[in-house]
Amino acid sequence: MLRDVDLSGYEKITAKNIPWEKFITSGHRACQGCAEVLAMGMVMKAAGPETIVCNATGCMEIITSPFPQSAWSVPWLHVAFENVAAVASGVESANRALERKGKLKKRPKVIAFAGDGGTADIGMQALSGALERGHDFVYVCLDNEAYMNTGIQRSSSTPYGAMTTTSPPGRKSIGQHTWKKNMAMIAAAHEIPYVATASPAYHLDLMNKVRKALTVEGPAYLHIFATCPTGWRSDPAKSVELCRLAVQSKVFPLYEVVGGRYIITQKVKKPKPVTEYFKLQRRFRHLTPDSVEYIQKRVEEEYARLEAFEKATAPLEEVSEPSTES
Amino acid sequence: MGKRVGLEVSLAVAEAVKLANVDVVSAYPITPQTHIVEELSIYVANGELDAEFIPVESEHSAMSAALGAATAGARVYTATASQGLALMHEILFIVSGMRMPLVMTVANRALSAPISIWNDHGDIMAERDIGWVQIFAENGQEALDLTLCAFKIAEDKRVLLPMIVNIDGFTLSHVIEPVIIPDHAEVDAFLPPYTPVLRLDTENPVTFGPVGVPEMYTEARKQLEQAIIGSKPVVEEVLDGFGAAFDRHYKLVEQNGKPGAKTRFVTMGSLGETCMTAVDELVAEGQDAGQTRIRLWRPFPEEEFLAACAGAERLVVIDRALSPGAVCGPVASELKSLFYGRPDAPEIVNLVAGLGGRDVTVREFKEMFAMAVSGKLSGNYTMWGVESHAS
Repeated sequence: MLRDVDLSGYEKITAKNIPWEKFITSGHRACQGCAEVLAMGMVMKAAGPETIVCNATGCMEIITSPFPQSAWSVPWLHVAFENVAAVASGVESANRALERKGKLKKRPKVIAFAGDGGTADIGMQALSGALERGHDFVYVCLDNEAYMNTGIQRSSSTPYGAMTTTSPPGRKSIGQHTWKKNMAMIAAAHEIPYVATASPAYHLDLMNKVRKALTVEGPAYLHIFATCPTGWRSDPAKSVELCRLAVQSKVFPLYEVVGGRYIITQKVKKPKPVTEYFKLQRRFRHLTPDSVEYIQKRVEEEYARLEAFEKATAPLEEVSEPSTES
Repeated sequence: MGKRVGLEVSLAVAEAVKLANVDVVSAYPITPQTHIVEELSIYVANGELDAEFIPVESEHSAMSAALGAATAGARVYTATASQGLALMHEILFIVSGMRMPLVMTVANRALSAPISIWNDHGDIMAERDIGWVQIFAENGQEALDLTLCAFKIAEDKRVLLPMIVNIDGFTLSHVIEPVIIPDHAEVDAFLPPYTPVLRLDTENPVTFGPVGVPEMYTEARKQLEQAIIGSKPVVEEVLDGFGAAFDRHYKLVEQNGKPGAKTRFVTMGSLGETCMTAVDELVAEGQDAGQTRIRLWRPFPEEEFLAACAGAERLVVIDRALSPGAVCGPVASELKSLFYGRPDAPEIVNLVAGLGGRDVTVREFKEMFAMAVSGKLSGNYTMWGVESHAS
């Protein structure tokens, strides 16, 4: 179902007014070049201090909360791996009840963070339930394309051909032999008001998508691409470059789904070949030219499909009412 | 003053939850718990109860959402049974570890396989070590009253632990009984509004559920242990307070039959009422029979149990759950541990009975008594009433 969602109310972030305040403080234990924590910091900058964060088990939970330390300066809750959407549902519902009963002055925003395993695999049911029930919260999937917290095992978000410790290439295997699960479109299929993909290489785009996600009433889903130097065997200094190359090569297109309408937010006019993205990381180095060509073709097809979606769901051009004067 | 009505016990539990002014109910349907949450959803729908009702997509999410709501500072309730309780299992540890005073009704039911929707205690015995305060109701009035007490016990600043009120599935949950429903004003006077010690508050940010490094995990578990051990006097105090306010008196351990009887049945849950009838008949026949009912299961009321069984030479312990491959049933195992090394230890005869909704009748209790007294029940435990085709 297509519907109009009003996003005009959000306060836009520009290069001049990026918030200074940080809500994940320095001193956390993320690896060098971790694009997940970079993205998370951007999400929190855009969200501001009136936010409750629910965090699934995963890298981001571990690196920010080893007791007695905490890198969080907003209220933060971790429960388990697969249930952050359900936990956030409870927080949001409680806030709603307490506000109605006069026990809470102002209802804070609720953001749920989870990795790709906690979202696309084990947490899928809880996420689907929460999106279907319409809780007013933002779910952020930080996608580094494998189970990095437990040591680089494949998830259903691992891309075709990638090497992980449970999708090793060998004489009878190319590595990961399934295509990356399309979580953003699965979320969009729930007909929630706002879905977007984002990349920390496009920080203003990312932060404004967070603002839009927080503006809508009801659930919003953000799928953020994030390099993992440890798992991808890439240079920590090249993390942002990799995030950018994924977009420029059409491997990870940036788009929004607003009220069911697809909008590509970063049009790729002169795409770079996937090889340029692949060569900065070692998880694809076993691929033969044939395999790379197969992936290249599939990437182009997927992007063309996205463009077709954009065209198919665009609002009809306004036609003026025919004149009745004779 | 409350009013006395004929009411299905599930609906009496829902009435108690409404009287407790909960803020959030999260629930997923599972037999035989469904009537409780159906009734609560009706209360919310027609405005009788000002709460958020979250119709989640699984019991795992029911407990997760309940925990989220509790950390946000709400008074929260949920209910489940059997497979649903098993699905919640993982999160139950987290709720008690985080010291969140949730209240849950478990309408006790057997576990698969083979699938059985009927009553036994197999579901709750698998949750013995979760760190929740656990109490067993024996009839409808107790189910309602103990639910009210559960909120007060769980939320007490000296406790701050989640609590399960166990009611036997069908044999209790679906039975219509005469129940006194207290007035809202009476309950409000007994149960004050919930004020959390810590909650997710943007003006005073706290971190819930951090990583427990090896240097502190043991200490955190020790605190949990101290909290649950320390909850016993609070349970007693709240039950006494309830008795003073409503004139219905409950003890951690109760006794029936002949005072100081040498042979005593030990029961938990609704089988206790059948057993009581059998014991009364045995006493009338001149037998030296008594009965001890365990109401509080966790923390285990050691002193109260020892006092209740003082002078007993033989305990006939009825376990409504099988612990496959164990030395005996879970309740008997608990009692053997309790009496180990004590010079006054009675003989413990263990019967696993009433599994998967199998009736245990007054006549059978009397048979058990006769067999126990004549020494015919030897071994660590006996599975009672096993038909020859199944043995």
